[in-house]
Amino acid sequence: MDYETLMQLLASTLRLGTPLLFACLAGLFSERAGIFDIGLEGKMLMAAMASAAVAALTGSAWLGLMAGIYAAFVMAILHGIASITFRGNQLISGVALNFIASGATVLIAQAMFQQGGRTPALSGTARFSAIRLPYAEQIGAIPGLGPFYERVLSGQSILVYIALACVPLTWWVLYRTRFGLRLRAVGENPESVDTAGISVVRLRYIALVITGVLCGLAGTYMATALQAGFGREMTAGRGYIALAALIFAKWRPWQALWATMLFGFLQALALRPDVIEGVLHLSIPVPALDALPYILTVIVLAGFVGKAIGPRAGGQPYVKER
Amino acid sequence: MTKLPKWADMVLVPVISLVLAAAISAVVILLIGGDPVEAVKVMVDGALGSPYGWGYTLYYATSFIFTGLGVTVAYHAGQFNIGGEGQAQLGGLGVALVCLAFPWTHWWMALPAAMIGAALFGAAWAGIPAWLAAKRGSHIVITTIMFNYIAAALIVYLLVEVMRPTGQMDPATPRFGAGAALPGLHDLPGLNLIFTRKVPANVTFFIAILACVGVWLLLWRSRLGYEIRAFGQSDSAARYAGISSTKVIMASMLISGGLCGLMSINNVMGEAGRLLQNSSEGAGFIGIAVALMGRNHPLGVFLAALLFGFLYQGGAEMGLWTNIPIELRLLLQGLVILFTGALDNMVRMMIAPFFRGAARRNAQDRAAAGGVDGL
Repeated sequence: MDYETLMQLLASTLRLGTPLLFACLAGLFSERAGIFDIGLEGKMLMAAMASAAVAALTGSAWLGLMAGIYAAFVMAILHGIASITFRGNQLISGVALNFIASGATVLIAQAMFQQGGRTPALSGTARFSAIRLPYAEQIGAIPGLGPFYERVLSGQSILVYIALACVPLTWWVLYRTRFGLRLRAVGENPESVDTAGISVVRLRYIALVITGVLCGLAGTYMATALQAGFGREMTAGRGYIALAALIFAKWRPWQALWATMLFGFLQALALRPDVIEGVLHLSIPVPALDALPYILTVIVLAGFVGKAIGPRAGGQPYVKER
Repeated sequence: MTKLPKWADMVLVPVISLVLAAAISAVVILLIGGDPVEAVKVMVDGALGSPYGWGYTLYYATSFIFTGLGVTVAYHAGQFNIGGEGQAQLGGLGVALVCLAFPWTHWWMALPAAMIGAALFGAAWAGIPAWLAAKRGSHIVITTIMFNYIAAALIVYLLVEVMRPTGQMDPATPRFGAGAALPGLHDLPGLNLIFTRKVPANVTFFIAILACVGVWLLLWRSRLGYEIRAFGQSDSAARYAGISSTKVIMASMLISGGLCGLMSINNVMGEAGRLLQNSSEGAGFIGIAVALMGRNHPLGVFLAALLFGFLYQGGAEMGLWTNIPIELRLLLQGLVILFTGALDNMVRMMIAPFFRGAARRNAQDRAAAGGVDGL
């Protein structure tokens, strides 16, 4: 494998890892607050459809982003109503919302555009286009890390940079703010937060709103930057892979970045069977490559690479003592 | 919260959940410019209006009984098996291998062998996540979901690269021999007076009914069933009573996967006569809705499977004859899961006021009769 191919692979890794990173950070906020969210997938799908539809109608990717965030926000609130207010089963609520998203996205897209449940192909300002970072050419000439800057970091869409910026931001919110402290506490020991006179319900709803916003970004990125429009089931299990990355990262933001980029790298590899053949000198069937991220997820979950212990109060509805 | 009488919890809660889900679906149909009344008419007419429609409804219901029972058995052990879809597809692989391995001469010889193949493959596909959950503490939900994706990739590989006969374009196994074809309801003496046309519903339907009885016997009349239910109620109490958590998780998931795999004798052997890509067509996921709607009881599962068979066949007809896309089925399925599984407390709160009066009267009667209950 030559240097050029490696740069292509890494650029593709960053592109494919970005929706996973958004979704992983989304899951981080809800799970740190003690709410399991299997429904990342559905939120992303809804956001992808809403953003592509609005971007197609208005020709503005930014308005599409607003719509995507709003759609995922609504889904997050539904999850909150079921799992916080009515203390329902969080796993079942997430699964249900995923099915609702699978059905509703196609229904709405079909009703709006009559194109077999897809949205029209987006182009021009309706998509988030590539941004050239400053001095890309000059820095690219420097041997070593220069080409990495020019070919991998530069030339991505604005949403990729937002995703990368979300990592230190999440770290700061989680570990350096009062809100973050309370958020972590509510996922570990909600009674103590309640005793301190802070509303558990309110905190958990805020966490879910953040989850919704981040899933909205993930879905919008899928439909308006990574691809040009919405197609049915276009998220293809990314919400679940993000959950696995979250467990791999042990619910910490910086580790989430590395975990999602690893999964992104695997997805990038699956698209380039020629590279694998060139390096390993054996041909691997394409379905095996497709299954690779899922297999790795299983291995990660089984704790063969470090033991992961989640927030202690995760999955349990909070019942105030009477 | 007022405690509801048992019958209200078992019957009223699912029925009201269904009404809510149907109402929201009707609103969605209106919003996308369809006519809900016409949609219901098309659904009822297409699924129940003729023996031919019933033949499809019962065919789908048969698959959903198996997957619903599968989810039920795991649920009683506190395990949420979302992997029914992958287990059903692997079960289909087992059926195909058995049916292609021998030149079967009679269906009643091929059927038991195919059932064993289906159950073994389905159970094996559930067994790996179960073992990982029991021994390594993996999250059963996420692992079983991952196994759905892995199963899909595996089946694609096998159909395209290994099992496809040379010269055939579509990814599928060769057709099974005539001796491995299950008789449809139209072939059975007596029933052929009703089902005069060829229908996909076949003898598997009766096996599904037997499976309902079997699961009931297992869960409520056997030692293992007791252990499963005890573990599902409280794993710490069950462990204290000497019940092995590994045994319960493994046994319940293996049975669950076996049942999900068994559905493949209905679609792969009974209908298609060969293994196709995505043979289970989402039936594994519908099993979740069926189990929740059926309150995780075999009788409830049977009734809920009939209902979903109707919705599935009716939905297909609706997609064909109206401008409402077939994906409405997915929405309805999601809504049923949401209301019966996650918002069941809300539904209970909605109907609780109607029972508060009765509960108070009951208490007064008891108090008047001596108040022994109060002690």
